[in-house]
Amino acid sequence: MNEELGRVYQDGEIIITEGEVGDCMYIIQQGTADVIRMEEGRPTVVDTMEAGELFGEMAIVENTVRSSTVKARGTVRAITIDRKTFMRRIQEDPSLAMSVLEVLCHRVRNLDGNIAHLKQQLESQRGGGV
Amino acid sequence: MVQKYNNKISRPDEKDGNKVQPEAVRILTDPDSWRTGTGSGSGHNNAPDPHSTDGLCLTDGNRVAVVGGGPAGTLFSRFLMRTLRRIGTHIELDIFEPRNFNYCGPAGCNHCGGVVSESLVQLLAADGIILPDETVQRGIDSYVMHMDVGSVRIDTPLQEKRIAAVYRGHGPKKSEQSHITGFDHYLLREAVRAGAHHRPHMVTSVDFDSGHPQIKLADGRKESYDLVVVASGLNSALLGLVEQTGRGFSRPQMAKSFVAEFKLGAAAVERHLGSSMNVFLLDLPHLQFAALIPKGDYVTLVMLGDKVDEGLVNAFLNAEEVRRCFPDNRPPQNICQCLPRLNVTHARKPYADRVVFIGDSGVARLYKDGIGSAYRTAKAAANCVALYGYSERNFKEHYWPACRKIVFDNMIGKCVFGVCHLIQRLTFARRGVLRMTEQEQYGAGVAPRMSSVLWDVFTGSAPYREVLLRTLHPVFISRLLWNLAAANLRLPSARKRGVTAS
Repeated sequence: MNEELGRVYQDGEIIITEGEVGDCMYIIQQGTADVIRMEEGRPTVVDTMEAGELFGEMAIVENTVRSSTVKARGTVRAITIDRKTFMRRIQEDPSLAMSVLEVLCHRVRNLDGNIAHLKQQLESQRGGGV
Repeated sequence: MVQKYNNKISRPDEKDGNKVQPEAVRILTDPDSWRTGTGSGSGHNNAPDPHSTDGLCLTDGNRVAVVGGGPAGTLFSRFLMRTLRRIGTHIELDIFEPRNFNYCGPAGCNHCGGVVSESLVQLLAADGIILPDETVQRGIDSYVMHMDVGSVRIDTPLQEKRIAAVYRGHGPKKSEQSHITGFDHYLLREAVRAGAHHRPHMVTSVDFDSGHPQIKLADGRKESYDLVVVASGLNSALLGLVEQTGRGFSRPQMAKSFVAEFKLGAAAVERHLGSSMNVFLLDLPHLQFAALIPKGDYVTLVMLGDKVDEGLVNAFLNAEEVRRCFPDNRPPQNICQCLPRLNVTHARKPYADRVVFIGDSGVARLYKDGIGSAYRTAKAAANCVALYGYSERNFKEHYWPACRKIVFDNMIGKCVFGVCHLIQRLTFARRGVLRMTEQEQYGAGVAPRMSSVLWDVFTGSAPYREVLLRTLHPVFISRLLWNLAAANLRLPSARKRGVTAS
């Protein structure tokens, strides 16, 4: 794996940490990573990402802290895209932002699906309880 | 030491034994007729678009021909097809590329050193083009700069391999590497996935029929298109033929470079070069830049200069700094070599109604990051065609500014390379540069001012303007002056004092 592009993260290694300031986004070249959020003091896996998927873009777009922790599940290889390179290039070529928009749209659709699913579960639980 | 390089670059028109007929080319002879043309073979559904000032805007059923399936042609095709899909326009796009990128050696190669720069790897990834492992022959994470006064390694700050060493074709002659996918082959596959058609035919001329561009194939067939995109690189006879039409286009001025492959074996490559690109600032006449690039079992040598010939190649390979990079201090016989051309100026007026020149055929970055220039010009042209139109005016307003930016940066690049050349010539300057870089790489907490300048000059990652501005910073200048004095007074550097970077 040492001849290939990117940086290698070992199993369990934290790639980004929730609450930290970020200045780059990541694209997984190989492997799988878990997206973890702390809810009421407990880590909850909210998503799993695979090769070709992008993460860490929100900190770049909004210039805020990381919203989740991403942790390698098995060996992961990822490349980073600097905020400066990305923003400068978007300035010259706004169409570059379309790829990130596509990712965000895809994510919103998935979240909509998840919310609908959870609401249904909640309602059926309530209904069962009556 | 080096083979006598008499292998001519095979030109598409010579390869099939078909001589291009200059009289067949009448490009740009009657621009007014192109606007109003209603030739056969295309969609001809040119309903005026509110955003296109000349009524030339792609609509459903239009046909686009891309001449050349290198990075410029394939990236243009992919960007155009994806943007049109978002808009909801359906066109036919044919990429004409006779070369089979699955052949080893010159037959399947587009003749280039094969380095995808740090910034381009990132931009491609952001655009959804993630280079697969079978295409990347080696991820590069550092540069080693060799001079007669010493060598220094410059590491990327992130411990990440962000520069890709690739083969443009299927590897060197007789390499028989079944597991690899050449860079050009991968991009062509991506373009086809986006909806383009690959047509393995050679285009021998571009003509006009009732106002529509018409391409002539090597077998004599003629086909009409609404737009022709010339991405045939510099080694095509097509550019010369277009130039003769006297309609404003003139091809870029070129220089020769030298590219050769040496087989060392993976273990020896790892031992001698690792994941570092080795660059040389040697005081050899006419040599602008030389690098050794590790790739799997092989090492690629790239030499750029104003007069690269056999004598210069031999002198370079006999230099002690170069021999040290090979097992037993001796470069083996190379197994594959070519003398590709590279742009030293830009094309004049690389556009007209229904025709646009992209990549090396139009404008490319001076000496560096030719694939990056192909990406930039391809994207600018695709956005212009998809969103505004393909008239001369559209290209002038929405495509040429991207080219002009490269042209302007190249003018600054000439100054930057002039200074590099001066450093190559002056021993005291080389000592100063080496010392300052060593201080930054091996000393604790020293801002990497010289390292970042050298990194960006070698990798081509940043515009030359940015590189020049960094060298004009007072801290850079004062530190350089101090290191020039210290190095020539033989004061020990951080490296020699045994200091290690924190």
